[in-house]
Amino acid sequence: MAGAAQHAVPRRFLPWRVRPQPGALPRWSLRGVALLYLGLFVVLPVVAVLESGFGDGLTNLKDAMASFGAWKAIRLTVVMAVLTAVINGAFGTLLAYVLVRIRFPGRELLSAIVDLPFAIPSLVAGVMLVALYGPSSALGGWFEDHGLEIIFAPPGILLALLFVTLPLVVRSVQPVLAELDRDEEEAAHTLGSGRWTTFRKIVLPALRPAIAAGSLLAFSRSLGEFGAIVFVAGNIPNKTLTAPVFITQLINVSPDQAAAVSALIFGLAFIVVLVTEKLISRHSDRYSA
Amino acid sequence: MSSQAHTGRGVRALLLGLALTYVVVLLIAPLAGIAYYALKPGFGSIVDTLQLRDVQHAFYLTAVIMFVAVVVTGVLGIVVALVLARDRFAGKAVVSALVNLPLAVSPVIVGLMAVLLFGTAGWFEPFFAAQGIQIMFALPAMILVTIFISIPFVIREVAPLLEELGMDEEQTAWTLGASRLQTFFRITLPNIRWGLLYGTALSAARAIGEVGAVLIVSGLLQGRTETATLYVLRAFDQYQEEQGYIVALMLAGFSILLLIGIETFKRRSARAVS
Repeated sequence: MAGAAQHAVPRRFLPWRVRPQPGALPRWSLRGVALLYLGLFVVLPVVAVLESGFGDGLTNLKDAMASFGAWKAIRLTVVMAVLTAVINGAFGTLLAYVLVRIRFPGRELLSAIVDLPFAIPSLVAGVMLVALYGPSSALGGWFEDHGLEIIFAPPGILLALLFVTLPLVVRSVQPVLAELDRDEEEAAHTLGSGRWTTFRKIVLPALRPAIAAGSLLAFSRSLGEFGAIVFVAGNIPNKTLTAPVFITQLINVSPDQAAAVSALIFGLAFIVVLVTEKLISRHSDRYSA
Repeated sequence: MSSQAHTGRGVRALLLGLALTYVVVLLIAPLAGIAYYALKPGFGSIVDTLQLRDVQHAFYLTAVIMFVAVVVTGVLGIVVALVLARDRFAGKAVVSALVNLPLAVSPVIVGLMAVLLFGTAGWFEPFFAAQGIQIMFALPAMILVTIFISIPFVIREVAPLLEELGMDEEQTAWTLGASRLQTFFRITLPNIRWGLLYGTALSAARAIGEVGAVLIVSGLLQGRTETATLYVLRAFDQYQEEQGYIVALMLAGFSILLLIGIETFKRRSARAVS
């Protein structure tokens, strides 16, 4: 950005028309278009949700929470989101480590496969899990014989969420690990600390903000996931009904009540995303300096 | 690679094995499962499925929605990215947060937003009803929700790229007398093209796969407001699993093509900066 302030030719010697301007297009009209776009498409809908949900105080929220299966749906969603964040936090970090630190044939392919969930429709991910673990499939039948239901049960929900959120953690940890200065690790190693100690005392603390950021993104995505879950869960009230599916059903009954519950969940997810952005930017400030 | 020596062969093999197992069980095996069920009935039934009027219309509708969403969020996304990277004003941090907001919103809530704005008793329902324009349970609402969901992708790729590239080239063009539009099309756009394509491919993938929001605003009119994902949803509800698996596999296949594009654009974009 420092270069932007310096002009090759002193400003006053240039005719007005060709004077370097901040931005190649007129500044005010650009700002106007950007603000109008985000205002109409983002701010307005959010205001509509808040107004409809809480225009009458907390009545809508109370009514919504009193309806059948509401509490359990929200609890299930939060529990599943936490489990997803923890499991993918660990395995996402492992994958990032493998992709950055270990040379092996097919590394590029593995890196592309990790992005698969970004490209595959989440509904198709759900169909995939039903195909593989569904009661009519060989694998699903075997699990059922051994007393483990996967599809139409919480394990299926968890698998779907793990599938959808894996790249979020890997892509958050990978660049930080790649930039990490190895001098400290070398030093620790030279001083005789073992591999595990070096990883735990040197690498892990440096990665912690990135792992937290990736896990929080996975958590917030899991709170709202619909497509991957709608097949897999079976949506049985009080058992496998998740909050997003519950909201879908509530919209038909009372959009205002649905808005109140949505605002609650969305508020949680958005705060998490903001915290994540902070973690990432604080980290990059520290390391780019 | 001196630090490779620190991690012994055995440990490396163990980590690699663990990582590969996780990816195979979580990502690859389900893909194989869907391919098995879609291809099992044979080639003839794939052809039959693709000739169904509902299936063809579903893919057509998905393509139209994706195209409009990608163009709108691409063009306006560049504008927002320019403002975020080069403009300074009070409250810019808020704008930046607004860009990321759709990532946190459940698709279901996006559908609800459309209901609150355009549905029965919605804020704008009287206005559009008076004009005789149908928004809900029709294409306009389906496009609007898809745009909302696709907003962040182009901006998040292009804004950092613009910041990194700086403005030296643009200023040179300006000094030499190029007009604003010339500067944009000859300098800025070529510089950001790979990042723009990367963001666009991500939006396209998201637009094709969207189901929650579209489900709520579509009204589920078979053969009229049914996208490819909604077709899959109905096929499984009505025990037409065969067709469901085939359309799902086609969606997966198309996504994998997009993924190849995504990976290529990402690498080019990273190279353009360095």
